[in-house]
Amino acid sequence: MTKTEPPIIQINNLWKEYGDNVVLERVNLSVQAGEFVSIVGASGCGKTTFLNLLLGIEQPSQGEILLDGEPLDPEPSVERGIVFQKYSVFPHMTALENVMLGQEFSESSLSSRLLGRLFGSARRAAKAEALDILEKVGLGPAADKYPSELSGGMQQRLAIAQALIRKPRILLLDEPFGALDPGIRKDMHKLTHSLWGEQKLTVFMITHDLSEGFELGSRLWVFDKTRHDQQAPERFGANVTFDIPLSTGQENPEQLAKLQAVKPSAA
Amino acid sequence: MTRLINRQPSRYSRLMLGLLPFIVLFVIYLVTSDARLAENPSDKLLPSLGSFADAIVRMGFEPSKRTGEYLLWQDTFTSLQRLGIAVGLSATIGLVIGVFNGMIPYVRSPLSPLVTALSLIPPMAILPILFITFGLGELSKVVLIVIGITPVIIRDIQLRTDALPSEQLIKAQTLGGNSWQIILRVVLPQTMPRLIDAVRLTLGSAWLFLIAAEAIAATEGLGYRIFLVRRYLAMDVILPYVFWITTLAFAMDWSLKRISILAFPWYHSAQGARND
Repeated sequence: MTKTEPPIIQINNLWKEYGDNVVLERVNLSVQAGEFVSIVGASGCGKTTFLNLLLGIEQPSQGEILLDGEPLDPEPSVERGIVFQKYSVFPHMTALENVMLGQEFSESSLSSRLLGRLFGSARRAAKAEALDILEKVGLGPAADKYPSELSGGMQQRLAIAQALIRKPRILLLDEPFGALDPGIRKDMHKLTHSLWGEQKLTVFMITHDLSEGFELGSRLWVFDKTRHDQQAPERFGANVTFDIPLSTGQENPEQLAKLQAVKPSAA
Repeated sequence: MTRLINRQPSRYSRLMLGLLPFIVLFVIYLVTSDARLAENPSDKLLPSLGSFADAIVRMGFEPSKRTGEYLLWQDTFTSLQRLGIAVGLSATIGLVIGVFNGMIPYVRSPLSPLVTALSLIPPMAILPILFITFGLGELSKVVLIVIGITPVIIRDIQLRTDALPSEQLIKAQTLGGNSWQIILRVVLPQTMPRLIDAVRLTLGSAWLFLIAAEAIAATEGLGYRIFLVRRYLAMDVILPYVFWITTLAFAMDWSLKRISILAFPWYHSAQGARND
């Protein structure tokens, strides 16, 4: 990753407001391919709005977000994979069908266009590829199970596999491990980290857990308001107040302490 | 001492307790019927079991003297045919309009107020219009049922479609699905078990409209027969017919539930054990 490479995500003077309520103001950032950005911040300071903007389900009030130099599609598309905290997988499909859906939507064949399904050799190829990804996230033996038969951690593994099948340019994780037990969460961290390295993903992850952000990210953003008006707290929006490069895979106690000292609400 | 709310009857006693009210009602009937018949042997209001048996044999197992048909089976076939066509049609229309209403704002804007308005028309009030427009044949009876239950199914399916988590629809879009593919692969399959639920819930109304239409203008059918023999106070025919209709309704409800459990295991396992 050299500085001369064009950034994968370029954010220029981004504002987002709802009427008088300014949520984000003057956000200027750029992200190189292969970075893992952890996003933390107090509740209600625009993390989710920022993710929705990246995802395309909300549009900026001012400014722009460029993906590979082009403005983002104004609706969700295959360049952006997403894993939510829950409801990411389709309850009426088995694990394998959940993962295959991405390919079944994508082919230009008539059966895909008309029925959203594949047949014959295209189907066999899609199935092999899907099984391969399921194997990678450790769900090989559970391929024929429905999500309701899987534990919370396995459902999130499935959601990740499903998001990766279309090889998105950026992967968005919205508190993906927030609902999981601590032990399971550790396993998920390992999996996410190894997938990130293996597949050369560019990841944006929102988390409430500061140490999780430090552990997984190669870069940490703290969203907070830089200006406050006691009489009208909605007048000023949040921005990225800290942009910390991290040596990944290990917590940096010094930085963590520094951050917690400056902004206790960030944790 | 365990609280009352925590005490569960055993499997066996649950069965017994369930049967108990039926047995009590049956005994009460027998006693009252006997008392009335002792006073006046030609009383028609509460016939004895023997006259029920006679009536059932006469209606179901002997050809009619006038037409040579087995009336009970002929009536059953005609009524079920009307009901089946009407409910099938309603379910299809309800599913299609409900899903499109729920998913596509440009369909919903013009259609949703119309559906709400139609659902508020009391179907029985427009029955004369149906007879005038569609004649006294099969069509007007089917149309009455369709008008009666389709708006309910549409609104139910629309609500269920709305209730799909937005996360799912966003995810489907990030997988590259276009509107049609998403409706076909994500929305429709998840609405199917709910369509079966909606049909089960509206079957009661469907029977109501069927019998009402048959009572007013028909030449055969379960409802027609009941209202015909009413003129002779023939309780020995009416009561077995009511019992038979109830049995048919129960069988339909039960089969729909079984079909749903077999065809959509993911739906019922997610709902837990509450399958009734």
